[in-house]
Amino acid sequence: MKLWKTASRFLPLSFLTLLLTGCLGEENLTALDPKGPQSQWIYDNMILSIIVMALVSIVVFAIFFIILAKYRRKPGDDEIPKQVHGNTALEITWTVIPIILLIILAVPTITGTFMFADKEPDPEVGEDTVYIKVTGHQFWWQFDYEEEGFTAGQEVYIPVGEKVIFELHAQDVIHSFWVPALGGKLDTVPGITNHMWLEADEPGVYKGKCAELCGPAHALMDFKLIALEREEYDAWVEGMTAEVEEPTETLANQGRAVFEENSCIGCHAVGGAGTAAGPTFTNFGEREVIAGYLENTDENLEAWIRDPESLKQGNEMPAFPDMSDEDMEALIAYLRSLNVKE
Amino acid sequence: MAGAVDTSKGLPSHPERATLEGKNKFLGFWFFLGGETILFATFFGTFLGLRGGTADGPTSADLVALDLVFIMTMLLLTSSLTSVLAMFAMKKNNFKAMMIWMWITVVLGLAFLGFEIYEFHHYVTDYEFGFSTSAFASAFYSLVGLHGAHVAFGLSWIIVLLIRYRKSGITLTNAPKFYVAGLYWHFIDVVWVFIFTVVYLMGVGG
Amino acid sequence: MATQKQEKSVIWDWLTTVDHKKIAIMYLIAGTLFFVKAGVMALFMRIQLMYPEMNFLSGQTFNEFITMHGTIMLFLAATPLLFAFMNYVIPLQIGARDVAFPFVNALGFWIFFSGGLLLSLSWFFGGGPDAGWTAYVPLSSRDYGGLGLDFYVLGLQVSGIGTLISAINFLVTIVNMRAPGMTMMRLPLFVWTSFISSTLILFAFTPLAAGLALLMLDRLFEAQYFIPSMGGNVVLWQHIFWIFGHPEVYILVLPAFGIISEVIPAFSRKRLFGYTAMVFATMIIAFLGFMVWAHHMFTVGMGPVANSIFAVATMTIAVPTGIKIFNWLFTMWGGKITFNTAMLFASSFVPTFVLGGVTGVMLAMAPVDYLYHDTYFVVAHFHYIIVGGIVLSLFAGLFYWYPKMFGHMLNETLGKLFFWIFYIGFHLTFFVQHLLGLMGMPRRVYTYLGDQGLDAFNFISTIGTFFMSAGVILLVINVIYSAYKGERVTVADPWDARTLEWATPTPVPEYNFAQTPQVRSLDPLFYEKIHGDGTMKPAEPVTDIHMPNGSILPLIMSIGLFFAGFGLIMLNMDNPLINPWIVAIGGLVITFGSMFVRSVKEDHGYHIPAEQVKADLAELKKGGN
Repeated sequence: MKLWKTASRFLPLSFLTLLLTGCLGEENLTALDPKGPQSQWIYDNMILSIIVMALVSIVVFAIFFIILAKYRRKPGDDEIPKQVHGNTALEITWTVIPIILLIILAVPTITGTFMFADKEPDPEVGEDTVYIKVTGHQFWWQFDYEEEGFTAGQEVYIPVGEKVIFELHAQDVIHSFWVPALGGKLDTVPGITNHMWLEADEPGVYKGKCAELCGPAHALMDFKLIALEREEYDAWVEGMTAEVEEPTETLANQGRAVFEENSCIGCHAVGGAGTAAGPTFTNFGEREVIAGYLENTDENLEAWIRDPESLKQGNEMPAFPDMSDEDMEALIAYLRSLNVKE
Repeated sequence: MAGAVDTSKGLPSHPERATLEGKNKFLGFWFFLGGETILFATFFGTFLGLRGGTADGPTSADLVALDLVFIMTMLLLTSSLTSVLAMFAMKKNNFKAMMIWMWITVVLGLAFLGFEIYEFHHYVTDYEFGFSTSAFASAFYSLVGLHGAHVAFGLSWIIVLLIRYRKSGITLTNAPKFYVAGLYWHFIDVVWVFIFTVVYLMGVGG
Repeated sequence: MATQKQEKSVIWDWLTTVDHKKIAIMYLIAGTLFFVKAGVMALFMRIQLMYPEMNFLSGQTFNEFITMHGTIMLFLAATPLLFAFMNYVIPLQIGARDVAFPFVNALGFWIFFSGGLLLSLSWFFGGGPDAGWTAYVPLSSRDYGGLGLDFYVLGLQVSGIGTLISAINFLVTIVNMRAPGMTMMRLPLFVWTSFISSTLILFAFTPLAAGLALLMLDRLFEAQYFIPSMGGNVVLWQHIFWIFGHPEVYILVLPAFGIISEVIPAFSRKRLFGYTAMVFATMIIAFLGFMVWAHHMFTVGMGPVANSIFAVATMTIAVPTGIKIFNWLFTMWGGKITFNTAMLFASSFVPTFVLGGVTGVMLAMAPVDYLYHDTYFVVAHFHYIIVGGIVLSLFAGLFYWYPKMFGHMLNETLGKLFFWIFYIGFHLTFFVQHLLGLMGMPRRVYTYLGDQGLDAFNFISTIGTFFMSAGVILLVINVIYSAYKGERVTVADPWDARTLEWATPTPVPEYNFAQTPQVRSLDPLFYEKIHGDGTMKPAEPVTDIHMPNGSILPLIMSIGLFFAGFGLIMLNMDNPLINPWIVAIGGLVITFGSMFVRSVKEDHGYHIPAEQVKADLAELKKGGN
């Protein structure tokens, strides 16, 4: 595919590529601005197929417009045109040419399929290759770093420039794990384990989505993939595995009591404590968003705790409509204090 | 177009296909059997896919007793033969022989069905192998049960025909009906041969 | 016209009819109603997506709408609308007096219709099915899916039976009922594609029936096929569904190809280019259609070997489809084309379908499909196939056969306006959806956030839907207007067309052909215009015509099936008013009882006397027809 990469440099000349690379969509979400080797490969081959298919379409459209221009029946013209049965030479032509075009597309199709299915560790990183177990829930994502021994919820951190291998599971129904700017998607299927890899070329916060209908809040089942330089990533891992410190503020400490009294900890683990029936909160204070899509502000957090159903239909989180304002304030302060990055 | 068959010199040699209606029925039924084949194929596929999914319940090696299944197979194969003899009798315009062979077919079919009910009952009571025991159990009962339902439907169909036309003799109207019912019976028999192989023989063999 | 049945009321006549032409019109009406219903749902969904984070529909309602939109459009709108034309046109095009089994034909319609009603009833029992038209387990299984899914399973099971027996009927009709001289290789292409499509129904609707039965057993009787902890497998459902689901696309699109292959030659005044190639291309498409189902499952994790095989197999379909495209183009090439509404739809189908086809090839590239899969790119692709392919050809067929079916033309001015508004709206709606998918918008999302760069194209797409809706409203106005003011058609052949249906008088007598015609060539009517006197030569003298009796049994049988299905659904209801088994078994007793009655009571039909037929013929001559 080296040849193709060279050729693609000339493509911005064509109108089509202009249209496609015209910064369509949001950076770090759109697949039209690839940010990793896998999405780059997909993008290049998509352009290849568009060019091949454009050739076909142009031929059809040209013939069609000639017909429109030339072969209209004039009023009063009752002459019957020549009744043509067919033309063997022509028919062979439009059988053989498509076959050749398809072979051109079939070759990268097969090589790409095997390339993406590869689950060997990154040869340059070797034993340090990061493996992450992804579990899809209605409607949130759980990320287990099994080797490192901790769990993250909703936001998955990876080191930049390394092939990271994801092992996909589902808790309830089928979901699909997709970070458009970095690569293709793969389903998380109950009872089945799938593997895929992703690699980010540069640090950043990439938007991830669930791409398989999974219930009423399917549209809001977003997550973030955060790519960090290797050192920063290692520091983050260290933070996630470190012993959770007591909150220093009194308010936050009060909030921790609220958190435990209301059994929040029954679903939301902090550090090693609690279970992961809901997203883990070890680094909640650093979350970009809450509930997968709401900006992480105090107002949103309170609204979410009081009535999650109105914000994300069909989710499992119980509502706490009657929590006192003091408790709420304390709880939010506690959640804000959960940081691992210093 | 229809009814243009001269019956003054007795029935034609293929009474089931002598009229356009008969021909249509005949062809339509073949298409129907084509669809049925795919229906069964899907259930076979499901069974093969879920054969290993026993979830701590009994496996087929635990369950299958080939002697019982062998008797059932023989009963159904013989009934297929007797229905062929009935069709031969029909072509020879021997109404009485046809009726007798058809009734024997019905009796054999009923015996088969009886054994099958016993078999299911045996699995449920002696092995605690119910419909919801495992994916394998569900697939087993739905495949074999679907066949059993076909046997039951085929039997009621043939019995209705036998009673309805008990005195009428062979006519251009009822010949296609008997023929088609006979065809259906053969189809059920062929499906059983596959069930015998896939479910029982392969089940014992592991 | 023979009108000896006038003593019966009009309603009773329609409820009991076994006439393929009346059944066709019932299919047309039923299909149109479902089409409008599902279309309105689409409109509501697009309004919800017009701006980010709208609250017009909730996530749950939206999911019910996507499910019902897809299910209705495919099973209850496109299928019956195509069946309407197949029913009306096939017997006429092959020179037959009716289909092979008129009774079964009526039965097929009523069963289809009662299944459709059963499905639609879900709205009154807590909401429609919400797991998408593909109803993937576990989302549709007993643990996650609500009562709506029971309506989905049983409604489709019932209506599928109707579709299946109708398909068998078409198959036998085409094989056995052809007029003398109408050899297989003289069949009009619409008949050929209907034949192959019916074969596909036979082999694809049966796996669907099996799959729906499995899902029903899962939902109602605790079967474990799809429960991983009990040894089940959730991907099994996807395989079964797509073994049906992919051929389903061809079931719908092949007759659509057929319509195009009728309309284009008629208005180009040229015979179809490469007839033989067209027939064999259709067969190859149908055959390959069964080999490629797993391309809908590239991202489910089947492994690289399976993905590669299905990817390459899928690409090969482009070859026979390409053959068809060029054959249509070269049919028009060198012709004398009249661009009326029917031809506008038919000719614009060709480039539009190419756009859907090329994205199809792009989707076939499995590793690139990891990007497209389950995004708006796919939504755009299949709407280019379904709307750009099937719907455009349905409209072409409607304008083309309308005068034969209803005895008057549809208004051309309104028709052309309808075409342009609909066609522009269609591209506006769906072209930008390709880009939305590439920009990261998954399909089946009820909303999207505002900071993702998706706003502009979603807005454009919704505006396009308004255009399409306006177009359809114009069509309705056209139908009503033309019923009162439209140009009456009394001649047999208003389009100066080529095939046998235009050799029957308008309106078509209930026996279709007074004398069975003798067919001498492909495009038999055109052949007689060139080589004969422009009328078909009879293959038989005027004789008594045997006709089947009407029967109310099809309606009763389908009511029985309706209650059988409803009774089973009641098993999952919280507090059914009566024992569900009484309803279910009662329904089956009605159905099988009617079947028993039908089987025991011989009905030989009646004869229209030769004198009556002669009188009809004489009257036609007098009218200058």
